[in-house]
Amino acid sequence: MTAEIQAEILLKVEDLLVQRGGVTVLDISGLEVFQGQVLSLIGPNGAGKSTLMLTLAALLKPVRGNLFFRGERIADGGFAYRRRIAMVFQEPLLFDTTVFENVAAGLKIRGVRRGEINRTVPGYLEHFGIGHLAKRSARKLSGGEAQRTSLARAFVTRPEIVFLDEPFSALDPPTREALTGDLERILRETHTTAIASTHDQTEALRLADRIAVVNEGRIVQIGPVTEVMNRPVDEFVASFVGVETVLPGRVLRTSDGVFVAAVEGGEIQAVGHVRTGEGVLCCIRPEHVTLSTNTPFSESSARNVFSGTIRKITPLGLFHRVHLNCGFDLVSYVTRQSLEDLALAEGKVVTASFKATAVHVIPRRD
Amino acid sequence: MDLIVEGIKKAFFLIFTLDAEVLGITLLSLKVSGLATLISLVIGISAGTAVALSRFPGRQFVVSLINTGMGLPPVVVGLFVTIFLWRNGPLGFLEILYTPTAIILAQAVIATPIVTGITLAAIQHLPANLRLQILALGATRLQMLWLLVKEARLPLLAAVMAGFGGVISEVGASIMVGGNIKGYSRVLTTATVMETGRGNFDIAIALSVILMLLAFCINAILTHIQQRERPR
Repeated sequence: MTAEIQAEILLKVEDLLVQRGGVTVLDISGLEVFQGQVLSLIGPNGAGKSTLMLTLAALLKPVRGNLFFRGERIADGGFAYRRRIAMVFQEPLLFDTTVFENVAAGLKIRGVRRGEINRTVPGYLEHFGIGHLAKRSARKLSGGEAQRTSLARAFVTRPEIVFLDEPFSALDPPTREALTGDLERILRETHTTAIASTHDQTEALRLADRIAVVNEGRIVQIGPVTEVMNRPVDEFVASFVGVETVLPGRVLRTSDGVFVAAVEGGEIQAVGHVRTGEGVLCCIRPEHVTLSTNTPFSESSARNVFSGTIRKITPLGLFHRVHLNCGFDLVSYVTRQSLEDLALAEGKVVTASFKATAVHVIPRRD
Repeated sequence: MDLIVEGIKKAFFLIFTLDAEVLGITLLSLKVSGLATLISLVIGISAGTAVALSRFPGRQFVVSLINTGMGLPPVVVGLFVTIFLWRNGPLGFLEILYTPTAIILAQAVIATPIVTGITLAAIQHLPANLRLQILALGATRLQMLWLLVKEARLPLLAAVMAGFGGVISEVGASIMVGGNIKGYSRVLTTATVMETGRGNFDIAIALSVILMLLAFCINAILTHIQQRERPR
């Protein structure tokens, strides 16, 4: 949090309202983007991420609201501002010319001389791994190569902010993985401020310093990555940042900041300042739930230990998602190794445990 | 059959001997239709781009008008241009009726909706976000428009072909507003009509062959450019 206070505010939005055909599509009371940081906008399709991105890039005129860049209000359609930023869309949107000329486009638009263009562009082509494609027609590129060209075209003008609107969501997983890695490296190396929207939470996690969760045209939560991931403000954010178990309950008793809540089919211990009788939502991330084949209550420091039957196992690549019935539904992630070591299978009874501190508590408005 | 064979023989004789009158008619046709196409490109590309990029009430109606205009009958254009240029018509003071300028005007009126319609379709066919991407690259409005037109250059070549092809082969308007005056406002099509009427089929065939060769050569060049740049 201290880093946040020290960082300079690069872009600021106040009281933003965007409507389309008389319908409000974006209503943001305030948003700040800090110098040198990456802000990820996450949210479902149609949440307003792209609209917010276009508005922040001064490409969409809001009905109401002001945009400030380095403390100065952006006016007159934002032309001067647009020369200091860059944007990459989901589609590469390349011009029908060579890769080199595409990357040079922003420089040509700014009236940069040919000699300087010829000195500047090759470095960026190399940086994005497309040096060997310089003379190739943009029409003959693969999806990944095209998006690399689009990224190089954005970075070559040394923008003060880069807007990335779901830049990799149209790519196949291995290509997306490689590009995310390269982009991550380049953002860190160049200390470029960036705003990246995605509906993929792992992509957001890799790139972001801060995350803003957008839903129905509003920012539901914004904060440092760990805060949003571990302390979602409501059930929607929780489900969106990968919290797989959300249990509604009621506080039975409290003592020394630890409380016991009754949920359907059991009792959960958690940490938090709540009142007895209060309604709560208990959020548990799957990676915080440990499974074992030991009998309950043997050698575990965890406060919450339950015996449960495995209902379903879903492979997720590196992990397996294990659905348990412990009286209530609980989800855990285990590695393939653990799955084999513990000989987990559907119908088997196991012991699930998680710490009281691993339970994030959201007050329930009922 | 003899008539046709003789006609073709005569045609090649006239072409290869560079018959002064035929040459004059051919050059005038090229000049008139070329200029008319040029005017229609300037107006049509601007108007087509403007309509493609803007949203205003009644836009649908304007688009329908343009599309209808693409099939404007040349005689109707000829009639209205004649009325406008008539001695006491709204543009009578220009005193250009029965001159090559009048033909250029009429042909430009015929070609402009064709170019506008094709431009409109071509620009609308570009990715929706391309305009925003160009602006995000720091472009001024004018740079943005130029880059969009440049991106649509292949379909726009089709506009050139359709526009030029339409007017060089058009006869109704040319004869009405040009008057088919020998050595002055006589073009390939009007001369063909006249020679056919007189029964001079050999000359008429010669003129037709030249007309077709011209249309073919120009389209061949443009097609070559278009196919060379064709997206793969």
